[in-house]
Amino acid sequence: MNEELRAIWQTFFNWVMGIGPRPENEVIPPEPPPDLPFTQKPRDKYSRFHEATLKERYNQWLEIHGLHLFSVLYAGLSVLTCVVIVSLLLATVAELPPFGHERNPANNEVIRRYVEHGGHETGAQNIVAGLILDYRAFDTFGESAVLFTAAVSVLMLLGASRSNKPDDGESPLRHHHAFSKNDTILRGVATLSIPAILMMGCVVVINGHLSPGGGFSGGAILSTALILAANAYGFGRVHDFFSERTFIVSSSTALMIYALSKGYSFFTGANHIHSIIPKGTIGDILSGGLILPLNICVGLIVAGTLYGFYALFSEGDI
Amino acid sequence: MIIIEWLLLVFLIVCAVAVSISKNLLNSVIIFMSYSLVMAVIWVLLRSPDLAITEAAVGAGVTSVLFFLALRKIGRMGHKDEGEK
Repeated sequence: MNEELRAIWQTFFNWVMGIGPRPENEVIPPEPPPDLPFTQKPRDKYSRFHEATLKERYNQWLEIHGLHLFSVLYAGLSVLTCVVIVSLLLATVAELPPFGHERNPANNEVIRRYVEHGGHETGAQNIVAGLILDYRAFDTFGESAVLFTAAVSVLMLLGASRSNKPDDGESPLRHHHAFSKNDTILRGVATLSIPAILMMGCVVVINGHLSPGGGFSGGAILSTALILAANAYGFGRVHDFFSERTFIVSSSTALMIYALSKGYSFFTGANHIHSIIPKGTIGDILSGGLILPLNICVGLIVAGTLYGFYALFSEGDI
Repeated sequence: MIIIEWLLLVFLIVCAVAVSISKNLLNSVIIFMSYSLVMAVIWVLLRSPDLAITEAAVGAGVTSVLFFLALRKIGRMGHKDEGEK
């Protein structure tokens, strides 16, 4: 019994490892003619008796059926994942309270306070600006700091790889950039629209406490103007007034002004000390206390960061 | 007004499906851009102009520009480039 089991195990082991019994009396085939192409040569002398191991057989099977199996599995699993996520989201939406209902949990005393006293407490006509730059200024400060940190990390990573590389000056990107410089239509459109976009961005930033908009959206509009200028006139022209040094200095200064002024505001507010910053009359440009300078700071950071990302990914340098 | 809102919402869904179905990556980015633009209009209809401005500037503007840049980097900017390669 034990012997039989061992024999079966031995046979199975040999089958798995591919060292099955070889017929001793088989004639070894003669050497192939030497002028046979390399690809048609048998792999080794004993290849005729070589029994494939399980792994080799698996690999062969995988070569034939693997791609098909993979595509079927991939499609099936992606559809399954999509269906699961969609059904989860739909189930969550079905649980939500009705849109715009007055008894929704969002309509609590906090929103009432903001709507009723927001204008007189923050001095801002646009309550959203008063909310994000006065009541919740700490969050906005964190967002600006995160954006600045991301920009500095990207600058360090991409800028370092740039400075180590020898400047060949004939890279395909440079070539493309030279091509785009000669585009008459692009230059004409840019000449017409860049001043308008810049004005729009400045209005959105400066009127942030009076009308919809603010530092983030205004900064994004400003960065779009910079990107358009860089594409139409080449990065060199933008580099004349907005270099890496300008970016670092303006972003750091804006962040420091933000931190110091808001720190003062937090300090006085938390200790019930009278703040020296005037609120102004609601509706004027110079009103809203700290909101106007903070909007300008955020706009500077966002414009510099977004343009910096574009320049870094496009040219590898600001 | 309700009809316009429904039309815009249907357009949003069509755009969202078309982005993932479209074979050409450049088309996908342009459809994504129009999605953001329609979303900005819907934000205005929902009485949140702040979000509308941000959506139009960031979603339709800067994000698409960065997508185009990525497409140029990986050499998938339209048919002409593919034909050359």
